[in-house]
Amino acid sequence: MPRPLIHRLVHAGLVLGAFSLCFGIVAGARAQTELLNVSYDPTRELYREINAAFIAEWNAKNAKKITTIRQSHGGSGAQARTVIDGLNADVLTLALAGDVDAVAQRSKKLPENWQSRLPQNSSPYTSTIVFLVRKGNPKAIKDWGDLVKPGVQIITPNPKTSGGARWNYLAAWAYAEKAFNKDDAKVRDYVAKLLANVPVLDTGARGATTTFTQRGIGDVFLSWENEAFLALKEFGPDKFDIVVPSLSILAEPPVAIVDANVDAKGTRAEAQAYLDFLYTPKGQAIIAKHFYRPRNPEAADPKDIANFPKVDLVTIDAVFGGWAKAQATHFGDGGTFDQLYKPAR
Amino acid sequence: MSDATLPRHDAAAAPAPAAKPQSARSVVGESPIIQAALITVSLAFLLLFLLLPLITVFVEAGARGWSGYREAITEPDAVSAIRLTLLVAAIAVPFNVVVGVAAAWAIAKFEFRGKNLLISLIDLPFSVSPVISGLVYVLLFGAQGYLGPFLRANGIEIIFALPGLVLATIFVTFPFVARELIPHMQAIGSTDEEAALTLGASPWRVFFSITLPNVKWSLFYGVLLCNARAMGEFGAVAVVSGKIRGLTNTMPLHVEILYNEYMSAAAFAVASLLAGLALVTLALKALLEWRYGDAIAASRRH
Repeated sequence: MPRPLIHRLVHAGLVLGAFSLCFGIVAGARAQTELLNVSYDPTRELYREINAAFIAEWNAKNAKKITTIRQSHGGSGAQARTVIDGLNADVLTLALAGDVDAVAQRSKKLPENWQSRLPQNSSPYTSTIVFLVRKGNPKAIKDWGDLVKPGVQIITPNPKTSGGARWNYLAAWAYAEKAFNKDDAKVRDYVAKLLANVPVLDTGARGATTTFTQRGIGDVFLSWENEAFLALKEFGPDKFDIVVPSLSILAEPPVAIVDANVDAKGTRAEAQAYLDFLYTPKGQAIIAKHFYRPRNPEAADPKDIANFPKVDLVTIDAVFGGWAKAQATHFGDGGTFDQLYKPAR
Repeated sequence: MSDATLPRHDAAAAPAPAAKPQSARSVVGESPIIQAALITVSLAFLLLFLLLPLITVFVEAGARGWSGYREAITEPDAVSAIRLTLLVAAIAVPFNVVVGVAAAWAIAKFEFRGKNLLISLIDLPFSVSPVISGLVYVLLFGAQGYLGPFLRANGIEIIFALPGLVLATIFVTFPFVARELIPHMQAIGSTDEEAALTLGASPWRVFFSITLPNVKWSLFYGVLLCNARAMGEFGAVAVVSGKIRGLTNTMPLHVEILYNEYMSAAAFAVASLLAGLALVTLALKALLEWRYGDAIAASRRH
């Protein structure tokens, strides 16, 4: 009795499997005017709005319509890694130039001089690192020096995978160099003590934000300025305070076209227009609205600009001699981070 | 593999009472107070660590009301995640059924060199961390991987596309069907098949009329478990997905993304679908055991 039934079932399963496999491959290969923006963690909300505005503007002017701009988000270093491994990104919008450099060097999909192809070091917006503390600042954290006090728990992601964390690390380092007059031993001692106060290292900025805000771990969160403002907006200003340290670092998150991918897909014009859009007054206004510092503040709503506190910002070129050098000295295998970070027991 | 000869569901399915000549109390010799304490502790544990988290999922999912819930699961990225998850399972599960049945059949009914090696290989996905399962495919098929240049030259996308997701899922869920079938088939033995062969049945006929029907319940369990894991897999899939929303984002990955975007209610709404799937799986299993318990036990006693 069961013979024909089971026979048929197996048959149907095989046919269904084969059919869906073919269908999947065909669907994957179908050409569409779609862009893929591979970005870092905190830009989710920013690019959701940028994408909608850009698609509307592009489609009003061009016959070849853009249907969707797809987003992929994660820790900046991890995202670079997936693009090196073959993720078909049209544009990279990562947290730091070092990660785009890594893609350029290892995949050869974009030229090594990519950063000079767009204005202002290919960074349409900047940001900096601030402290997010619990309401009322119970541990009285005012500046970088307070972070190494015993009993202060610091939340920061892992500099090996997160761009934001590398900015955190370098900002702390820059502060220490200034505070200890470039006494190398004291700088290292300071950074080691700071790292000893970190209970967990998340892989990306957003994971670290969730650790601090939703899971309630830690006293102070070293955060992208935009991420700190977003946390205030999401959870209400009665939960957290932003503390602006005496000195911080000018973070320039860069954007770049992945030449080999756009040429293969035939999307170069769209990708170029997409990145150019970020520099337009409309793009700059959206950028400021999402708490990134626009390059052109006049284009933005003055109310948004008033949010940004005045901070003494050092640049990576002045203090560390550029990303390539900072990356090798501090975050490469056996760099200062590897030397100074000792996971708690 | 010592457990290969012990059918896993025997404890639940076999009619045990006959094997219990004395009352349990006198054998164990524990006082009723200790028994009660032990039972309370186990029950509290089950409640606290299994039932409560499950309830939390549904409570959180409903935090924004029915309309919020519907919005979360009908939003285009969520729909595409659900479709992708179902598609991946629809490919991976039938594949694993065919290969799992073939492997179990070979192992249970025949003696050959390298049999133990084959059994170990089938168990490999259980013992390897899912992250590694994903990474090996990146190493093989990624742009910098061994086959990367060849694939790129021929315009074949595997990693960060559907085929990669399917491969990773097949790898992770491979043991479920075979692991269910092997002990059962071994316990049944080959006498039925031998009888059918001496009566002149063709090997295919023997397989479809004797071998498969004999193990249909184990096969069904295997498929249920395999399917549940295929839809729920996170680690391996996260590595090969590339996390492109609306394209290579499966339901478990979508849950994480939503949660990270401060949309907990939406995250738990999608999570509740996954949890619902688990409940349906359990309910189906319980229903079968209740309705066909005798048949299952009989087929296992053989």
